[in-house]
Amino acid sequence: MNDETWTISLRKPADVAHARKIAMQALDAAGASAIVKTRFVTAVSEIARNAIVHASSGVMVIGMGRLNGNRSIIARCEDRGPGIVDTNAALKDGFSTGRGMGLGLGGSKRLVDRFELETRVGEGTTVVLETRLR
Amino acid sequence: MSFSADLGSSPIVTITGCVIVAIRDDLDDSAVMTLQNQLVDEIARKNAHGVIIDISALEIVDTFTGRMLAAMAEMSKVLNARTILVGMRPAVAMTLVELGMTLSEIETALNADKAMMMISAERDRARRE
Repeated sequence: MNDETWTISLRKPADVAHARKIAMQALDAAGASAIVKTRFVTAVSEIARNAIVHASSGVMVIGMGRLNGNRSIIARCEDRGPGIVDTNAALKDGFSTGRGMGLGLGGSKRLVDRFELETRVGEGTTVVLETRLR
Repeated sequence: MSFSADLGSSPIVTITGCVIVAIRDDLDDSAVMTLQNQLVDEIARKNAHGVIIDISALEIVDTFTGRMLAAMAEMSKVLNARTILVGMRPAVAMTLVELGMTLSEIETALNADKAMMMISAERDRARRE
C-alpha cells in the first residue's frame, strides 16, 4: 500500500498542468484504466484552475486512499479565497462568476465517485475529489 | 522550417492549403493561447481553406482546452477556413459529455486522412461552381 502524498502549490496557470501531471503519474503507478485516469485528471484540472482563478492561489494534496473497500485516489484542494456564497447555484451547469462556461464545478462532481465541497464566505473553499481505482 | 522558442510548442504545417496542427500532450494554459495565435496567423498567411486539429495525444481535454478548441474553430470560420477535429480518444469524448461540453459546433472526423479528403472535396466543389 502506497501512502505517499504529493503537494502542489497552485499560483500560476502552469501549476494546473503540473497538478494534472502529478495526478496522472499517481494513477499510472496505481494501474488505473484510461477512463478512470481521464475522468479524474480532468476534474483535478477544473478544481485546480478554480483555485487560481477565484482565489488567486491554493494548495492541492494528492494521495491514495480507500473508498468502500476499494483502493482510491484522493485530491484535496484548499484555498483562502472569497468562498462561495451559494453552493447550490455554483454547482449548477451554466453558473459562472468568471468568464468560463460554468461547467467546471458541477462537471467535476459528475466525474468522480466522491465530491465534497466545504466553503466559508471570506475564508476559503476546500474541494475533495475521490475515485475508486476499479 | 522554424519552431517558436517555446520548447514544447505543437508543430503547425500547411499542405495544399490545409493547416494541420498536432497538439502535443498536456499543454498548459499559456501554451494553448500561443497555439491559438500561431494557428490564426498561419491560416491568414497561407490563405488556408481548411484546418485539421489532431488531438490524439491529449489524454485530458478540460473546459479551458475545450473552449479554446471551439474558439479556434470559430476564428478559422471567420477567416473562411473549415476546421475539423480528429483523433479524439474515447475516454476524452466520454468525459467531455459528462462535463456538459459537447463541442457540437466543431466538426469531427476519425483521422487526419478522412478530414483532408473532406476538406479537398469541398474545395474542388467550390472551384467547379
